[in-house]
Amino acid sequence: MRPRRLVIFGLALVAADASWAGPMSYVQTFGPAGYPVTRLGWGLAIISICVCVIIALLLLGGIFHGRVARTGNDSRQLAVRRDAGGLMWIYIGVGLSSLVLIGAMIWTLEVTAVISNPPRTPAFTVQVSASQWWWALRYDNEQPSRTFTTANEIHIPVGQPVRFEVTSTDVIHSFWVPKLGGKMDVIPGQTNVTWLQADQPGVYRGECAVFCGADHARMALLVIAQSPANFRAWEDAQRSDAPQPATPEEQQGQMVFQSHCAACHSVRGTDASGAVGPDLSHLMSRRTLAAGLLPDTPGNLAAWIGHPQSIKPGSRMPDPALSSAHLAALVAYLQTLH
Amino acid sequence: MTITETRRAPVIAQATDASPSSDTLRKSWEGPSGWRGWLSTVDHKEIGKRYLLTAFGFLLIGGLEAAVMRAQLATPNGHLLSAEEYAQLFTMHGVTMIFLYALPVLSGFSNYLWPLLLGSRDMAFPRLNAFSYWVFLFAGIFLYASFVMGKGPDDGWFNYVPYASREFNPGPNIDVYALGMVLLGVSTTVGSINFIVTVIRMRAPGMSINRIPILVWGTLTASVGNLFAVPAVSLAFLMLWMDRQLGTHFFDVANGGQPLLWQHLFWMFGHPWVYAIVLPAMGIVSDGLPTFCRRPLVGYTAVALATVTTMVLGFGVWAHHMFATGLPVMSLSYFSASSMVIVIPSAVAVFAWIATIWTGRPVFTTAFLYFSSFVLLFVIGGVSGFMTASVPLDMQLTHTYFVVAHLHYVLIGINVFPVIGGIYFWFPKITGRLMNEKLGKWSFWIMFVGFNVGFFPMHILGLAGMPRRIYTYPSGLGWGPWNMAATVGSYVFAIGIAMFLLNVWISLRRGIAAGPNPWNAPSLEWSTSSPPPVYNFAVIPNVASRYPLWEGYMDDEGRDRSTIHEGLLLDQGRETIGTTALDAEPAVILKMPDDTYTPLVLALTLTLAFCGLLALAWWAVGVGVVLTLLAAMVWLWPERKLSQIER
Repeated sequence: MRPRRLVIFGLALVAADASWAGPMSYVQTFGPAGYPVTRLGWGLAIISICVCVIIALLLLGGIFHGRVARTGNDSRQLAVRRDAGGLMWIYIGVGLSSLVLIGAMIWTLEVTAVISNPPRTPAFTVQVSASQWWWALRYDNEQPSRTFTTANEIHIPVGQPVRFEVTSTDVIHSFWVPKLGGKMDVIPGQTNVTWLQADQPGVYRGECAVFCGADHARMALLVIAQSPANFRAWEDAQRSDAPQPATPEEQQGQMVFQSHCAACHSVRGTDASGAVGPDLSHLMSRRTLAAGLLPDTPGNLAAWIGHPQSIKPGSRMPDPALSSAHLAALVAYLQTLH
Repeated sequence: MTITETRRAPVIAQATDASPSSDTLRKSWEGPSGWRGWLSTVDHKEIGKRYLLTAFGFLLIGGLEAAVMRAQLATPNGHLLSAEEYAQLFTMHGVTMIFLYALPVLSGFSNYLWPLLLGSRDMAFPRLNAFSYWVFLFAGIFLYASFVMGKGPDDGWFNYVPYASREFNPGPNIDVYALGMVLLGVSTTVGSINFIVTVIRMRAPGMSINRIPILVWGTLTASVGNLFAVPAVSLAFLMLWMDRQLGTHFFDVANGGQPLLWQHLFWMFGHPWVYAIVLPAMGIVSDGLPTFCRRPLVGYTAVALATVTTMVLGFGVWAHHMFATGLPVMSLSYFSASSMVIVIPSAVAVFAWIATIWTGRPVFTTAFLYFSSFVLLFVIGGVSGFMTASVPLDMQLTHTYFVVAHLHYVLIGINVFPVIGGIYFWFPKITGRLMNEKLGKWSFWIMFVGFNVGFFPMHILGLAGMPRRIYTYPSGLGWGPWNMAATVGSYVFAIGIAMFLLNVWISLRRGIAAGPNPWNAPSLEWSTSSPPPVYNFAVIPNVASRYPLWEGYMDDEGRDRSTIHEGLLLDQGRETIGTTALDAEPAVILKMPDDTYTPLVLALTLTLAFCGLLALAWWAVGVGVVLTLLAAMVWLWPERKLSQIER
């Protein structure tokens, strides 16, 4: 008994502190859309490991038992004289397996029911629109002027369920933030609904999970869970117009932006209202660039704008062919977009 | 006008391969020699060997593709391959292994073995058999034609729309895949029909339906499954091709098409197909393991019924590939429960194998090592399938490396291990020489260790959140070390495969002569010479039990004995006996066709039509179709000497 307890204790320890498994792991989850599934996962995994161990022992036992018990005979002889016997193995083995199976099935159906609806009505809905290879996020409001759009970085208040309506502008993607809950495929022509809740403040990484073309490997997103007060502050900041550029370089940068970028990108409160690429109104409030690919630093920003096709080959953002002066001005302007 | 014989009482005689009557048989059954014979043969043994060799060729190609991908993924930020190269590699790897290796290799075993297992002289439709092989070969070449030009299929083997539509994938990549799959479907369909009719009509007298080997049950079940499953995928690919080239809108969202329709059609086919590529392999084990445990299989009836049950259930589980697509909770629950129920027939088979080992006396041959280790791999692949069958858990597991681990345990564990064990088992029958046991055991252990070191970590990668089909990944996510293990392990596995091939090479030349029955095995194929004569059996045996060659070792007071060397002679040309479906009572003398080029010609003209469709060269399509119809007419032209004779 003792070694078995040790194993269970070890597994429990592994389950309790799962930071070893990395930022995309779901062996430990941080919200009610994840908890029951994680428990179910550990339960089924332990059952599965036990089944494999038992079968391995039975196999080894059978191989050596038969060999030890019946050596010395003429090797051409059979081990039995009749085509019979052994059926108890099937009756008992299948009987026990079926009992475990029925238990697992009931547990599964129960968890399916539990996670199909959030514990209470979500406070709001985020419209997630996936495109090759980034995520557009719209926070709707009854007052249209309070609706705002951002990209690749979802902010949610801690302790509240949030509803997500996901759809695609092009091919199939999958919306997945493993530490908060399971996947929801993002399919053009239909709107799928899911919900997530984070019980601890933090940054939770997500990635597209269905193959969607050249940059499928580079289509991440972040979920930032923050206190309700911080979340409201973030919302208000996102709703504000971008500040006017102050220095001549920034002003020149805005002109470059208007001529080179505005067909695809929007900046709230300016003439730039393109809807093909991410909304950049508050670009500098985000942690990453290019859908989770690079930390959002001035150096990375210059590198990314200067050569998107070498940083994220296949990306829909073309190499802009800017002079270095124009590029510097553009980066200076973008850095005002807090 | 000649008078054809319509009724005849066949001669019953005693004969062996050394008897004078066997010379007559040899003359009737031997085709022309040289390249003419090679192109025109309809002998199931030749066709079976070709299937095996071609499938192993594809296995090696698919393995090389995997090796390149594993090099890319060994470390974070790998830059050996571009995203597009990687996409073509993982697509062709899947297509090759699933469609061009896994089923054809089993068709190879079944084609070679069925008439020998059933006590017949050929399959029911020998020409159709040849046609099935040629179409498979041409479809395989067709599917690779654009890959060598850098324009191979690149949307994964399940080819989800709309990424596979012309808007997002304008090149020939997907057209090749779509048309190649429709062409391959022709081969699978005619092959399946041939297997089904053969088992119903071509068994030796006395081999009632409850005496056929489990391999036959497996292939029969797979064939019936394929007949129902393949139309769904052929239709889906045809619709996709029409969307791409003729402007239809089946999957076109902008015009009311449905991307999920593709997934339903594909998986209605895809899941039964998975069972089609494992059930015959499970049959290989169910027949091979008892030989090396020196006892009959425990629970023959239960295993046979479990085989059929698995396939029946397999048609009701397809949506478990779609748990995250937003289906209603009610249907998710149904598909989750139905998927889990598959555990029950699987458990029947597992405990039957374990009971056979426990109550038997294992002989440690290389084949036994493959078959017994297969049981463990089957269970590991089974329990990970059980985990993914659980809807809420699958919403985490799906699209990750956990699924990659699962499917490789299923396809390598349940297909490759039994297949290689099966080669060690039947190699002496096919070639007349035994394989080297020492090298065999070394290659087994290297394969077994390499496989587990390579593929078990993929479960952990899945739990660590690594999505499938990413061509590179950043550091800092904890995936690097496990990926390195997977790469190293899979290379070790490849070394094991190479040692197996080396063993085949050496044993072909220097293997010890095997004799008819080196393993003292129970079934009919071991009663004839190794390699078998072109006519298989000097007389058609009479079968009185499930294990005709073991009757002497069993207590069988008062029971009839099988007669191996006394039976229907049937030496007036190419003849064999047709028997009734359930009890295998002799019913009709079947006149079998001569060697002919028509299957090859028909396959070529059909392929020409498909090449025309690919190039949108309608004249080529027209020429191909007309020639195909002409070849079919020549094929079907009534021949007096093929009119069947009542007994």
